[in-house]
Amino acid sequence: MATEVLMPALSPTMTEGTLAKWLKKVGDSVKSGDVLAEIETDKATMEVEAVDEGEILKILVEEGTEGVAVNTPIAVLGEHGEESPGANRQASDKAAGGQAAEEPAAAKAPPKPEPEPRSAPAPEPEQDWGKTEEITVREALRDAMLAEMRHDDKVFLMGEEVAQYQGAYKISQGLLEEFGDRRVIDMPITEHGFTGMAVGAAMSGLKPIVEFMTFNFAMQAIDQIVNSAAKTLYMSGGQMGCPIVFRGPNGAAARVAAQHSQCYASWYAHCPGLKVIAPWSAADAKGLLRAAIRDPNPVIFLENEILYGHKHPCPVDEDFILPIGKARIERPGEDVTIVAFSIMVDVALNAAEALDRQGISAEVINLRTIRPLDIDTIVASVKKTNRIVSVEEGWPFAGIGAEIAMQITEHAFDWLDAPPTRVAGLDVPMPYAANLEKLALPQPNWVVDAVKKLF
Amino acid sequence: MAARQTKSTTKAKASAAPRKRASKQAPSMDRDELLAAYEKMLLIRRFEEKAGQLYGMGLIGGFCHLYIGQEAVVTGMQHALEPGDQVITSYRDHGHMIACEMDPKGVMAELTGRSGGYSHGKGGSMHMFSKEKGFYGGHGIVGAQVSLGTGLAFANRYRGNDRACLTYFGEGASNQGQVFESFNLAALMKLPVIYIIENNRYGMGTSVERASASHDLSRNGAPWGIPGMQVDGMDVMAVKAAGVEAVAHCRAGKGPFLLEMKTYRYRGHSMSDPAKYRTREEVQKMRAEHDCIDLARKELEAQGVPEDRLKAIDDDVKRRIQEAADFAQESPEPDEAELWTDILVEG
Repeated sequence: MATEVLMPALSPTMTEGTLAKWLKKVGDSVKSGDVLAEIETDKATMEVEAVDEGEILKILVEEGTEGVAVNTPIAVLGEHGEESPGANRQASDKAAGGQAAEEPAAAKAPPKPEPEPRSAPAPEPEQDWGKTEEITVREALRDAMLAEMRHDDKVFLMGEEVAQYQGAYKISQGLLEEFGDRRVIDMPITEHGFTGMAVGAAMSGLKPIVEFMTFNFAMQAIDQIVNSAAKTLYMSGGQMGCPIVFRGPNGAAARVAAQHSQCYASWYAHCPGLKVIAPWSAADAKGLLRAAIRDPNPVIFLENEILYGHKHPCPVDEDFILPIGKARIERPGEDVTIVAFSIMVDVALNAAEALDRQGISAEVINLRTIRPLDIDTIVASVKKTNRIVSVEEGWPFAGIGAEIAMQITEHAFDWLDAPPTRVAGLDVPMPYAANLEKLALPQPNWVVDAVKKLF
Repeated sequence: MAARQTKSTTKAKASAAPRKRASKQAPSMDRDELLAAYEKMLLIRRFEEKAGQLYGMGLIGGFCHLYIGQEAVVTGMQHALEPGDQVITSYRDHGHMIACEMDPKGVMAELTGRSGGYSHGKGGSMHMFSKEKGFYGGHGIVGAQVSLGTGLAFANRYRGNDRACLTYFGEGASNQGQVFESFNLAALMKLPVIYIIENNRYGMGTSVERASASHDLSRNGAPWGIPGMQVDGMDVMAVKAAGVEAVAHCRAGKGPFLLEMKTYRYRGHSMSDPAKYRTREEVQKMRAEHDCIDLARKELEAQGVPEDRLKAIDDDVKRRIQEAADFAQESPEPDEAELWTDILVEG
């Protein structure tokens, strides 16, 4: 049976090419793998190999022909003595016209996500967990891991100095004693390797908690976090989930300069497939870390070194857990909404106190989760206050404040009495000198000044 | 075709004991097993030829890296495995999936970006998975799968089973930093992982001599005491013999093992590679003198397997590949709603 040899596509972008040279002539017999012709594309000269066996019955496009479109028949291959007309397309494949080529990608615009209605639902009241006790954020994080590791043998902790040293910041204190070195595992300083190893373990169904000594060091491993952990579920059509938590201190500590003082909230929140959490209080830390460990997705858990020693009331109920994706109104107010996360909640609350003394009532929202962003709570607040200021420690360009301002513009523009405003860390690498570092990080008076400009 | 290894390196500390050369041993496959291996290699070859053809017709897009020439590596290694072991590799993954008994229809339909593909058309040539068959991808970032495979081995040890993970990568990837990080971790924790360097001589257009200061890649794990072996990757029985030894090492709790498979790819790095960095004679010589399928066929003929038996296998493989190609074109494109699924696991 005669088959047509078609002008092949030889690169992802090729639509036509020049048939530079025939290396076989009519009457030649060819077998699979023989080079039939040379074709010049926009990038290179390529050899075309035969797929089927047979004799060249006819050459349809002479050598030297330019602009030969992909899928044009260029020769007919068949058995010796066979008639060439009426040849089937190469190997009798269906849709030989090249369905993909006939449907320009632009003709099929992806469907837009349904815009979610923003009818300003009243935020649900947070569940009352009863009795609380004052504990540090550090203790809260440890207690969360302790509870989840007792609950599920698949959960384990790995990282640098997490076991014998009891944690570089003493977050994992006591865990080695209770769970042993099978589940509390010291890693060498090899972030790229051990992060990939943890992601592989998660793909097989374990639930690793990876502690980065700080998130600055996770940049060594960010390929594994974004390309492997975040994308594989999608690329596998839902088969290959990655239940893993990446946690550690994020952002500036004190006087550790540019390479150790960066906020990664915006970096990770950019990526579909990741959840990003940034707790402020001890209750946030405990309730959300438990939720993160139980979550079947990769979760980035951004802590703050300065907050580790801060004390807050935290529910003692052993089932205490918080939902991912729900912000909390830390201080109700009427005149302006201040949105913050992590240590900037303290800055926002201090600013609210100062504003109160000046007769401005500020509502402070603690985001708790960066992605998915609880835009409902922010919108409901803005519909009441008609003004919004976001506060973050990270850089302003393409930061979380930029995202919040855009979403408020999309969802609550008509309720705004002033442009959405942001307060952010200065757009410079973090300096070491004490006075310069203080100048680079948002202070309560920056927030006060930003709010007052809105009136 | 006698099972033969080009060399058994014994320089690593953990493998200091004298090693038997596989060539002195009995063939690693009996006739029936070799017949099965022959069929599998042929299935992979015909699959890849068909994939190249469909690419030329515009039915497959993007990057498409063919495995033609290297079929003996995955086929031989698969004969050393047991159910429950894992396999992970890079983007040149079609052969590995077929070796893992994944359905050629589902693989081909993924190449054409259709809903019947293993990833519902959302992964493409480089990103396919089947937990059921122990295949963990299909990874597009050079070297990333080496750390991931080390993690699969970690999970085996954590669970206390005796499963092993085959972690494949090319000689080009072997220079990535995370490969050496993984060697250290696996040796430190004695993880049951077999690192398989598929040395097909060219990382895209750069020959191994121009990329690696190490001239014997099987020794790349030596600083960590990882035993290594060079294997004739064009000889499926030699591959299996090496695989059996490596798997036994892992199952015995002795930690990782490194195999350097000397192999060759006949086609370019990807479909758009004109392969001007090597001569046509070099390719033709490999095809003519060292082709893994020809070698197996000659051995089977020498063992008295009748011509019609081999012909029946050839015909059956051809039919299965045509079915896969038909399925890959008939299966509909994914529903537009698929755009928004599988980003996060719900609940």
